[in-house]
Amino acid sequence: MSRYNIRVATSFGTMFFLLLMVGFGQSWSLSLSIVNLCLISAIMALGVNIQWGYAGLFNVGIMGFTALGGLSAVLISKGSIKEAVKAGGMKMLVVILIFSLTIALSIYIYKKFKNKGLVIAILLAGYFITRHFYLDATQTIEAINPAFSGYLGGLELPVLLSWIAGGFLAAGAAWLIGKISLGLRTDYLAIATLGISEIIIAIIKNEDWLSRGVKNVTGIPRPVPYEIDLQQADWFNELVAKLYAGSLDLLPVSEHAAALKAHISDASIVFVKLCYSGLFLSVLLLIIILAGLALNSPWGRMVRAIRDNEMAASAMGKNVKQRHLQIFVIGSAIAGVSGAMLATYNGQFTPGSYIPLRYTFLIWVMVIVGGSGNNLGSVVGGFLIWFLWIEAEPVGFWLADLSTSFLDKENYIRQHLLNNAQYIRLIFMGAVLLVVMRFSPDGILPETNKKL
Amino acid sequence: MPELTDILNAIVLLLNFVFVPALSYGSQLALGALAVTLVYAILRFANFAQGDTMAFATVITILITWLLQRSGITFGFMPTALLALPFAIIACLAYILLMDKFVYDYYRQQNSKPITVVMASVGVMFVTGGLVRFILGPEHRVFADGARFIITAGEFKSMTGLAEGLAFKTSQFLTITIAILLVGFVFYFLQKTKTGKAMRAYADNQDLALLSGIDTDKIVRVTWILAAVLTTIAGVLYGLDKGFMANSYHQMLLPIFAAVIVGGIGSPMGAIVGGFVISFSELILTYAYKKFLIYLLPEVLQPDSLVQFLGTEYKFAVSFVILVIVLLLRPTGIFKGKVI
Repeated sequence: MSRYNIRVATSFGTMFFLLLMVGFGQSWSLSLSIVNLCLISAIMALGVNIQWGYAGLFNVGIMGFTALGGLSAVLISKGSIKEAVKAGGMKMLVVILIFSLTIALSIYIYKKFKNKGLVIAILLAGYFITRHFYLDATQTIEAINPAFSGYLGGLELPVLLSWIAGGFLAAGAAWLIGKISLGLRTDYLAIATLGISEIIIAIIKNEDWLSRGVKNVTGIPRPVPYEIDLQQADWFNELVAKLYAGSLDLLPVSEHAAALKAHISDASIVFVKLCYSGLFLSVLLLIIILAGLALNSPWGRMVRAIRDNEMAASAMGKNVKQRHLQIFVIGSAIAGVSGAMLATYNGQFTPGSYIPLRYTFLIWVMVIVGGSGNNLGSVVGGFLIWFLWIEAEPVGFWLADLSTSFLDKENYIRQHLLNNAQYIRLIFMGAVLLVVMRFSPDGILPETNKKL
Repeated sequence: MPELTDILNAIVLLLNFVFVPALSYGSQLALGALAVTLVYAILRFANFAQGDTMAFATVITILITWLLQRSGITFGFMPTALLALPFAIIACLAYILLMDKFVYDYYRQQNSKPITVVMASVGVMFVTGGLVRFILGPEHRVFADGARFIITAGEFKSMTGLAEGLAFKTSQFLTITIAILLVGFVFYFLQKTKTGKAMRAYADNQDLALLSGIDTDKIVRVTWILAAVLTTIAGVLYGLDKGFMANSYHQMLLPIFAAVIVGGIGSPMGAIVGGFVISFSELILTYAYKKFLIYLLPEVLQPDSLVQFLGTEYKFAVSFVILVIVLLLRPTGIFKGKVI
């Protein structure tokens, strides 16, 4: 085995071992929750790796693209609110129509007459007309049963479709941003993505008619069975009874029923999480295989050539801007898919929980620590960093506790630091990023085909 | 035709709710943008840690202010934070130099791509943001003391007899005065002193500057000193004006970057103009003109909606849209960027 293969085996082995430890030590349900979020994180990290590792594009707006994915989970899977659609659906349609017409008209005018003044006039007029109808439409929709719905609802399609739709939604936003800022200086993309992600979050937080805003959408339908149905299904009961037959025999007969019931309830939770793991794992494998094929194709070689020397690549007749746009769109689409998966897994969409620290920065740490340019590296990074992120919270608390243990229990400073202990992991993760970037820029699994 | 008092009332309304706040917010942005642009021109990277460093400096100021207040020292009608400012500047400078030594210096020696350094600055941003939240938490804190107003709305009303008042807060007065003095000093420094000239030469052409014996280490140090002064003062003034909240400092990054790019990245004059472009557009577009129009229009034309271009929750969108327009039409910014 080459050294690289040993590294792959050890890093995956270590992760597997850590998760087993959690399973045996704490609980299998917790271990599987970590696994599932690790899988989602790994997919997000893959999206970023495609942008950064393949092409050197710095996207600081991953949060926005994952939020779009989450939004699509709501819009695809939730049932539509009949009264709201009846009252405000047409109005909203008119708004969207006027808006699209304005955009189309201004693009047409710009292409045909090249008259910037006229275009600005049309955009302004269109904006005011749209806004007039829009205010009316949103008020109508949000007035309907605001405590329970107050939004249009979704299409009531299977939630798995939203994973694809989330990808397309994020891809659309990425295309728009890429079109504007790619081809300019490299850091402009970073600034533009930072901006768009803040705006996307502002939109989903404030446009209640679309996403219920900070009132959250709960009860997103599941692609997997519900625990309660499993507990009542005969086949599941028999399966658990068979699995635990050995341990049940040791108990007196009078306790059999109660013990079996506890086992069934535990097993149903684990089973549901396993179903999710299976789904997530298949998506992850699909993306890894496709990304690997792309990277080793002529297209992948071209992309890496562009990354390593833009000047030379464009001298060879490669369209640098077009390739960058492609990669940016693909990477963001993957972030969108993972966002939809996350919302599906949580069963709810909570716009207030989207903070850049968690959804942008942590993903970056995963990519850099895992090894930028290496897809397996991103997966390892996703697993390891998510694991640390979960386990770092108690450690941070413990540190704050220990360092102030000489103070009185009611001491103000001690109380205050203990309250803010959760922020220690931000410092810790930031430090990890800086240290890895400096001392081991290749990460855990370095890029394998760096030299062309 | 509206009467003269109505016109005056309308003007005072705009002055009170748009002009004066935009002027002070613009000054705060301009100072922050000036720091970003100087760092960009000399060290050649877009500093993503700017917002959180401003927050860090403000946290230090708040802590020292509390200490001073506890020992009974105040600054009369001025906020006590002004007394804490010099110490905070020193602390902020120490922090920045520490980060430079451990993070940026290495990439400078390696001659790394700018984007790598930008990423390192994102790392610094998160460490700093974590520190800020760890020390003071994410809550909103008001630390301004002393007299809140120079002129209150009521005083103005009784002085002029108008229905609308024009309030002028101490923090706004301080912001504008200090910003003018500070910007004047920075420009004097860059234009007239030997070190300032060396900095401009270094920004213009690094190799040539090195060849003519300019000391890089000194240039870098002076740049960070200027950045620390600007950063601390911008952060503290913003905090005195609007209160301290870790997140709002973090989110100031976007308007600051927009200001820098609108003005022309690397151009100090551009950063200042850009700051005001952003702040005025933000306030003009998010202000509700209902009352203003009621003063000016005859009764039949008076609006019943708020007449607002954009809800205040979308104020980032203003910076962003301006940014996009500039990137599309004139990527070098108003003042041709990349010159100092």
